[in-house]
Amino acid sequence: MTDTSLPAARETIRRVREDPYRLGHRPHGPREPIEGTGQGVTGPASKRVIVGYGFWIFLLSDIVMFSCFFAAFAVQRGATAGGPGIRDLVEMPRVALETAALLLSSYTCGLSFAATNARNLLWTQVFLLVTGLLGLAFVGMELQEFISLASRGITPQRSGFVTSFFGLVGLHGLHVTIAGLWLLTMMAQVQVKGFRPEIVHRLICFNLFWHALDIVWIGIFTIVYLMGAIA
Amino acid sequence: MSELDFDPRRYTDSLDDREDHAPGDEPAEDAGHWISNANLGLGFSVLLTVAAFVLASTHLIYGPSIPVALLVLAIAQMGVHLVFFLHITTGPDNTNNVLALAFGILVVFLIVTGSIWIMAHLNHNMMPMDQLMQNQP
Repeated sequence: MTDTSLPAARETIRRVREDPYRLGHRPHGPREPIEGTGQGVTGPASKRVIVGYGFWIFLLSDIVMFSCFFAAFAVQRGATAGGPGIRDLVEMPRVALETAALLLSSYTCGLSFAATNARNLLWTQVFLLVTGLLGLAFVGMELQEFISLASRGITPQRSGFVTSFFGLVGLHGLHVTIAGLWLLTMMAQVQVKGFRPEIVHRLICFNLFWHALDIVWIGIFTIVYLMGAIA
Repeated sequence: MSELDFDPRRYTDSLDDREDHAPGDEPAEDAGHWISNANLGLGFSVLLTVAAFVLASTHLIYGPSIPVALLVLAIAQMGVHLVFFLHITTGPDNTNNVLALAFGILVVFLIVTGSIWIMAHLNHNMMPMDQLMQNQP
């Protein structure tokens, strides 16, 4: 900048320099703020940060939606209308398998992003494929569970409790299904387009989504299944 | 401006250790860092999950305390996922992410506890009609 720059701007920069924690200005060491940290003085953040942050906001709103279903489940838990209770619905071995599948898929998803950062196409694809297969196994087991429940006459219209159960668990299963379709799309895009910045941005978002689904599943297997088993 | 030693033109296009970070993202590093993070995340998660399933299916601890123990394990595991898989940290580059998360948790808390609280009161106040009739003088 030249000497014609505004005094106010110099004041801002001085304030930044004097902020002992340099919040948002990055340097953990004795380095200076740079353009692109997204903190006012230095201009907008890079697209990678904006995309990831925006998707983080969406994920939180998605979790808020899940919390509504959790609240409905908690409220309707006793509304069995003389029908089956939560203990009649829980099959521990299947829940354990589902949890293992989803947890492992979260792990392989993290590994796929490690491979993405190393710009290794083969391992990215391999780990994405494993992630997808584990997710498919999860959805398959859940469908099997729903079918076996339905064959015992336990369908959503039986009682308020069963409705909230199918609503909560089914919503999560739907999310995993859609995430699986997204995963296939990403595999195709990575294969065809390579590690272009926008593809990497989408992979970041996909990773976030998949891990968030696992977080929601932690809530479901704890509150619905494990607490149901000991009810 | 030169005396301030600040050069706004030093713009770096790639994500490095001087920018804010999106959740799930970190400065470009070798893959080893990501793999060790994933390993740690998996290790802790397996421990906590197995603990939860064992507590729920055995009588290792006092029965009425099991739900509390399960909740604690679940929250711990969510924390593990946030830290090791979503890479949410307490660093200054993560301030925005943590603030958004805090607001999300606040809304979730309000929805869940508010619903349970209000509906418990409603249930309590809405006695079945026959009981209500009996209670009439």
